[in-house]
Amino acid sequence: MNAKFFLWAAAAGWATTAQPQSYAGLGTEAEGFAIPQPGTQLSFPADHGPHPDFRIEWWYLTANLEGPDDADYGIQWTLFRSALAPGEADGWQSPQIWMAHAAATSQDQHLFAERIARGGVGQAGVRAAPFEAWIDDWQMLSTGESLENISLSAAGNGFSYDLNLTADGPLVLHGDAGYSVKSASGQASHYYSQPHYQISGTLELQQGPVKVTGRGWLDREWSSQPLAEDQSGWDWFSLSFDSGGKLMGFVLRGESGDFTSGTWISPDGTAEPLAPGAFQAAPLEYSDVEGRKIPTRWQTSLPEKGVSVEVQALNPQSWMGTSFSYWEGPVTVTGSHSGTGYLEMTGYE
Amino acid sequence: MTGAALLAILSHWRRHPLQLATLILGIALATGLWSAVQAINTEARASYARAAEQLGTAGADRLIPETGMIPLGQYAALRRAGWQLAPVLEGTVRFERQSFDIMGVDLLQHPLAAALSEAAEHDGVPPLDALLPPGRLFAHPETAVLLQASQTVHPVTALADLPRGVAVADISLASTLLRRPDSLSYLLVLPDQRPGLSPLKELAPELRLAAARSAASDTARLTDSFHLNLTAFGLLAFAVGLFIVQGTIALSIEQRRGMIRTLRSLGVPMQLLTGLFAAELAVVALAAGAAGLAGGFVVAAALLPDVSATLAGLYGAPVDGGLSLRPGWAISGLAMALGGTFLAGSQALIALWRMPLLAAPATRARGQQASRSHIAGAVSGALLIAGGFLVLNIFQGLIAGFAFLGALMLGAALLLPMLISAGLRFGARLAKRPFAEWLWADTRAQLPGMSLALMALLLALAANVGVGTMVSSFRLTFTGWLDQRLFAEVYVTASSDDQGAALAEWFDAKGITALPRRYSDTRYQGAPLRIYGVTDDPAFRQNWPLLDALPDAWDQVAGGRAVMVNEQLARRYGIAPGSLLQLEPGWDLTVAGIYSDYGNPNGQVMVSLPSLLARAPGIPNRHFGVRVAPEQISILIRDIREQFDLPRENITDQATAKARSLAVFERTFVVTAALNLLTLGVAGFALLTSLLTLWNQRLPQLAPVWAMGLTRRQLARTEILRSLLLAAVTAVLALPLGLVLAWALLSVINVEAFGWKLPMYLFPLDWLRLFLLALLAAVIAAALPARRLSRIDPAELLKVFANER
Repeated sequence: MNAKFFLWAAAAGWATTAQPQSYAGLGTEAEGFAIPQPGTQLSFPADHGPHPDFRIEWWYLTANLEGPDDADYGIQWTLFRSALAPGEADGWQSPQIWMAHAAATSQDQHLFAERIARGGVGQAGVRAAPFEAWIDDWQMLSTGESLENISLSAAGNGFSYDLNLTADGPLVLHGDAGYSVKSASGQASHYYSQPHYQISGTLELQQGPVKVTGRGWLDREWSSQPLAEDQSGWDWFSLSFDSGGKLMGFVLRGESGDFTSGTWISPDGTAEPLAPGAFQAAPLEYSDVEGRKIPTRWQTSLPEKGVSVEVQALNPQSWMGTSFSYWEGPVTVTGSHSGTGYLEMTGYE
Repeated sequence: MTGAALLAILSHWRRHPLQLATLILGIALATGLWSAVQAINTEARASYARAAEQLGTAGADRLIPETGMIPLGQYAALRRAGWQLAPVLEGTVRFERQSFDIMGVDLLQHPLAAALSEAAEHDGVPPLDALLPPGRLFAHPETAVLLQASQTVHPVTALADLPRGVAVADISLASTLLRRPDSLSYLLVLPDQRPGLSPLKELAPELRLAAARSAASDTARLTDSFHLNLTAFGLLAFAVGLFIVQGTIALSIEQRRGMIRTLRSLGVPMQLLTGLFAAELAVVALAAGAAGLAGGFVVAAALLPDVSATLAGLYGAPVDGGLSLRPGWAISGLAMALGGTFLAGSQALIALWRMPLLAAPATRARGQQASRSHIAGAVSGALLIAGGFLVLNIFQGLIAGFAFLGALMLGAALLLPMLISAGLRFGARLAKRPFAEWLWADTRAQLPGMSLALMALLLALAANVGVGTMVSSFRLTFTGWLDQRLFAEVYVTASSDDQGAALAEWFDAKGITALPRRYSDTRYQGAPLRIYGVTDDPAFRQNWPLLDALPDAWDQVAGGRAVMVNEQLARRYGIAPGSLLQLEPGWDLTVAGIYSDYGNPNGQVMVSLPSLLARAPGIPNRHFGVRVAPEQISILIRDIREQFDLPRENITDQATAKARSLAVFERTFVVTAALNLLTLGVAGFALLTSLLTLWNQRLPQLAPVWAMGLTRRQLARTEILRSLLLAAVTAVLALPLGLVLAWALLSVINVEAFGWKLPMYLFPLDWLRLFLLALLAAVIAAALPARRLSRIDPAELLKVFANER
């Protein structure tokens, strides 16, 4: 579920700096926008495409990669959609705004870039079938019929990547058939993932191009009122264990207590939604990142599956200094299970 | 010794305070007018730069279509190729009362975004509301007030950092107002581009990359000619001022020859003496220059509003009202004063340097010496004029035009002494009586001392004739052109398109001919172009002011095969009737005719309305020219007002429309006229000073005549007569020079500067007025010396025979 509830604020503040109060209240009102309903049957490939009646939506891909010298890398490719008003219109009249973040991370480098676009004029958008998501020259493109085979590319100052992704498992619907509850008071989103990508391609950092292979995780989520009023940020984990299982878990930090949830994904791709409170995460170590104290080593556990692992940032300085800043980067997992994953943390001011 | 020598040198001014005043005034005048023009130019240019900066276009390169507009799809394609671009859509929108320039920007991309969102937040409005209907207009507080008065649909946010006259809006609103949902005017190339992108030349060969500097100075380029005009006037005034200075410096050194001889006899080295004179000049130049700067600043501040009006009227260029004091301007002004003074004094200083130790301060054998220098001057003058014609024939452009004018004026001035001298010799031959003979000869002898002042007068008079002829010819042509162009009796502007449609129907139902005025703004070779769509109405065939046309021009236009182009466009791109013109890729038309279009800096064409509508279906239909019998005009206006809710100013009868156009025209030349008058004033002053400075030298020549029996009163009358005579001869000679100047202004400078050529008309009454003005100046200039002469103590005249001098 990662991702920027900041987004509304991101769009709202095309020029002003991020103000915590500007996003905190935004989750609550959804006038005119569609509201996620339990029992909604997701249908594909249509739901790979945009849902302009909902306020926010994203196509969010993270990947843990390895170079020929066993060096670890991570990449992020995210396209956000934010609607100023529900629905779609032609040309400049479109109320849809698009924003994208791309990043490439190694142990000692973290490079990122941001793109912003208006909807309706072709500069950015998403098409369900054949699948295509793009903004400027960044794109996620289906090379087959659906999301099973895609090519992914982005380029910013000092980095670029061009990757081929092949899914070797099914789509995963989070929560109740894709209806994912986000707070005790009922805020929710539609949320599904494709966490089974095998990746190969080229990653170019400042020292030159590297052939890379690895695995990737795509998140799809849309909503209109995703945050409860008192929730100020979240810590989100997507972990892929070497044993084949996967864990998605998040902590939404709120004044009236944290809300945690997630999904356990068996090696065969079967998803089990986690009850609130089942997933636990506690910081072990903080790092100074851009003048903030950010937890970059965590103890996470899911007792019912015997999971108790330490999650360590590959590069503690994985700060996304974009219009709306947050921490996002690859992690390594040790303990009861070993593996890799991605960690996203927001709301650390 | 140095101190004593300095004191001795400076004591001269105590005895000749008027001379000192003349010197200071001359330098101050020259510096002042020049600096005024510079201040105006600098201010205007700074205004353009500020406007470009305020609109966020200063730092960025721009992609401009060579022809037409940029299709929206091309913008998306370039973005998808990785280029970071900000789209801009420009145009003019008419709200109920007034037209506004609209600049539509993508608020998410444009460099202005930060300032605009801050302003919106300051107003307590979420910035992104500007992206949703009804949108939001951003404008300078003064423009914001006008926008709010003209419409109430779109809220307005005032932002002092924006230039006046422009409304900035998100492109979603601008594209609706301008009815351009899928085209763009240009693309800003944002500063941050990633390496490794395909070159724009390959991706979009039909778009031209305009460098940031040239983009910022689009207005500057357009108005360059105007500023060059002002500079030329400033230079003329400077030169005229220097004539005064040169004469005064020469005289002051001449009069101190006795003192110089004495000082040198006492052992003061020549180097020291020359150095002291130079230092004296420098101090005077700096003091007078400073005074001139102060005066120049005042003049500039007084003229700036008119200049602003002119620039706004002619080019739509924004110039703010305020004048600011710039150190660079002051320093360059002082440098001009210093340089000019030394240039003017160089001859006198060199003569001083070369003076033999015991050279007598004798009265010069003026006549012989003069005739030699007359010939040298005349030869160089003739060469200059010939060179000027050569430049005009070889080179093109505004600079060549001004170089020609400069050479012509200076050459003619240099020729003047010889011409007057020849005239006087001719006069002397006619003289029968001794007194008359003496008068002619004495006048000729006096010529060298006065020739500089006469040259100044010649230049001022010629400039007056030339510029006056140009302005009057322009006015005459313009008035006639207005008569042709504004042939409809009533002009109506609807408040909205719905009302426009209703009006059209109403006219139709009443059987009234109403010619719609509909247009689409685009670009030709990167420059703005307006395409008018016209209906096939006999009124155009009868009235439209064509300069050149194919035989069946209007038939071809009506058939959609041909286009009429305005003179500016035709001259700029060498278009002639019969040639092909591409308005848009795939839309090539034969040029059927060329029409005059004064007062418009931009290209304009006319095509048949149906063919325009086929390409630009959504263009507004709000303006109508209504044909109606003269006696029906007031009834029609009343009927329209009763039928439609239209503000008074949206209905204009022909006479009012003409008056408005003429008012704009008159304002355009206010500055020219003011500078013209100032130059003439300087010349008159030059005449006065030279007569005054000559006065002392004249005594030795007048005393013998007085001794022979002429009364002082007679002598004084003679002085005035002589002054009149010289001024009259100069004025007569100035006339042909002025006419050549007028020709050059109308046929060379105007064409280069504005893109139109004007026929030249002659205004003999104006010449007569100017002639009398010159005589008046001569009388006034001579009056003071004459008065002194008539009251001079006879003892003074007697002293001439006793004293050394």
